[in-house]
Amino acid sequence: MALEKITRVAGRAVSVPGNDIDTDRIIPARYLKCVTFDGLGEFLFYDVRKNADGSDKPHPLNEARHKGATILLSGANFGCGSSREHAPQALQKYGMRGVVAEGFAEIFHGNSTALGMPCVTASREDIARIAAAVEADPDTEVAIDLVSMTISFGGQSVAATLRESARDALVHGRWDPIGELIEGAARAAKVAGGLRYMSA
Amino acid sequence: MPRTLFEKVWDAHAVGTLANGQTQLLVGTHLIHEVTSPQAFGMMRDLGLRVAMPHRTFATVDHIVPTDQVSEPYADPMADAMIKELRKSCREAGITFFDRATGKQGIVHIVGPEQGITQPGTTIACGDSHTSTHGAFGAIAFGIGTTQIRDVLATQTMALGRLKVRRIEVNGRLRPGVYAKDVILHIICTLGVNGGTGYAYEYAGDLFDRFSMEERMTVCNMSIEGGARAGYVNPDETTFAYLKGRPYSPKGDEWDAAVARWRAVASDPGCAYDDTVAIDAADIAPTVTWGINPGQGIPITGSVPDPAQAGSTDERASIEEALAYMKLKPGAPIKGTPIDVAFLGSCTNGRLSDFQEVARFLKGRRVAPGVKAIAVPGSQGVGVLCAELGIDKIFRDAGFEWRNAGCSMCLAMNPDKLVGDQMCASSSNRNFKGRQGSPTGRTILMSPIMVAAAAVTGSVADAREVFGVGPN
Repeated sequence: MALEKITRVAGRAVSVPGNDIDTDRIIPARYLKCVTFDGLGEFLFYDVRKNADGSDKPHPLNEARHKGATILLSGANFGCGSSREHAPQALQKYGMRGVVAEGFAEIFHGNSTALGMPCVTASREDIARIAAAVEADPDTEVAIDLVSMTISFGGQSVAATLRESARDALVHGRWDPIGELIEGAARAAKVAGGLRYMSA
Repeated sequence: MPRTLFEKVWDAHAVGTLANGQTQLLVGTHLIHEVTSPQAFGMMRDLGLRVAMPHRTFATVDHIVPTDQVSEPYADPMADAMIKELRKSCREAGITFFDRATGKQGIVHIVGPEQGITQPGTTIACGDSHTSTHGAFGAIAFGIGTTQIRDVLATQTMALGRLKVRRIEVNGRLRPGVYAKDVILHIICTLGVNGGTGYAYEYAGDLFDRFSMEERMTVCNMSIEGGARAGYVNPDETTFAYLKGRPYSPKGDEWDAAVARWRAVASDPGCAYDDTVAIDAADIAPTVTWGINPGQGIPITGSVPDPAQAGSTDERASIEEALAYMKLKPGAPIKGTPIDVAFLGSCTNGRLSDFQEVARFLKGRRVAPGVKAIAVPGSQGVGVLCAELGIDKIFRDAGFEWRNAGCSMCLAMNPDKLVGDQMCASSSNRNFKGRQGSPTGRTILMSPIMVAAAAVTGSVADAREVFGVGPN
């Protein structure tokens, strides 16, 4: 299974500031009722983006100038809470290609990486600089480069960090591990055979 | 060289190292439910993959089952479709399904231990972040996403980076009226909601030595609310006594051999930890949340924080956001905050001992007028035991609605939801914005006994005063 080598994602960005943005906020539980992930993009950040009658609330994603943004900027501990993959799926289906935040919750980070959506960490000051550039000109291109581990925007460049296992998986096109896991099936069966509780 | 339980279990399940440096980890036990697995079966079909070890996968329905309707089709057509989808997938793959008709259905994290499927020294994965619950048995158990469910179904393995281990040692005695729920809320408030990122928590100390399995489960359950993907307690006699005689527990000679293995899997004396934290049990108070994440909590005798006194601009912003959502006043005592709903249940506090303890105090009391109080046993098994002991009657007589097993109002994917900005005293695990089904609904997390105190007084209350449990 040939996967895309993800070395760089770039596009317009939108800032959704705040710390501890949980996956219930990214996609409320009532939208998890589905047997496929198709169409989840519509419900991204639903309760903070929409009123009960479906009209828009003030939210960065609702602003015309940020339409078409593909890079999300946020704060610390992004994606905490529920393990629902619906959260990164909703981001991706909405059109996001990468996330820059001060930090990520672990399950969310793993889920995003397995979907080929890089989630990189940058310092608060640097994220504020990127957000300021985007605020001044929403058409600013923000590029996450996974080779140089930098985020460039409007002629500036700041450092990004990403766990090496995730970076490696993305840039070498092995972010979906299923192929490698299947290759290890015989070894897995052997390890299982040595564990009494796993015998049939 | 002395090793931690985490290291022993990890090493015993490591299949190999993947090209990116992660471990291909064998998942000994895979638990699935109706919300996060149907899509994984779909991915399997798309890739032409089959379930590798159906005998190591166990399914149940919990997240979206209605708790006030038993017969199908369920009123919610999507819920009905998801359950039927899981049933069909399990039948095709030969996976054991604890469906409602089996009498063994319930919240996946309650069913696993109850059936004896959850055992020490094993690895357990489930598409639910509260899988950490199973760590109470000395298992390494963690939540996974749907793509990883596909991986586990197809290969019984997954890609994972090794976690560090932080030992959290709690010694001393809890004061009267303080419970396991308060212990974990206190730990989260102390270490922060992301303090555990990258770690597995090893809960230890004489408090945990004395804790029952159900108390250990309550603590391990909320590890993820502190950012730790897994949390565990070393197995001991309490663990073995709990498991003895359960349907999936080893029998006969197998039992003795298993106990010997389980004993050996505990962390060795003198092993090294990446971090250690010590907490005095006597410092823990009945704890309630005031904000919109589980780390925003205070003792019941405390006051809602004032953003003006915050230590940083960040903290000020987060307090302001939380208070605006919760409609609470800075500096106001949390005690006395009116509630509309009381919810007792969930994978955190939906086990027999939770209802048993509350029933001791609830007998002869009445839910305050205007309060909707619901009690939801975590499994059909818990429901049956409560009925045998007359506990359900005590709750009903007090004015609680006594429901059928499920996740219910913890995440409100079924019809049990808050309405508008209702305030809920809840024994569940998350107080996120909109968590309990209404985009403006408000949640205050607390122990079951505190939920009962709030239910009978109509406001957040100190259970020690309401039920006459002397504070010291």
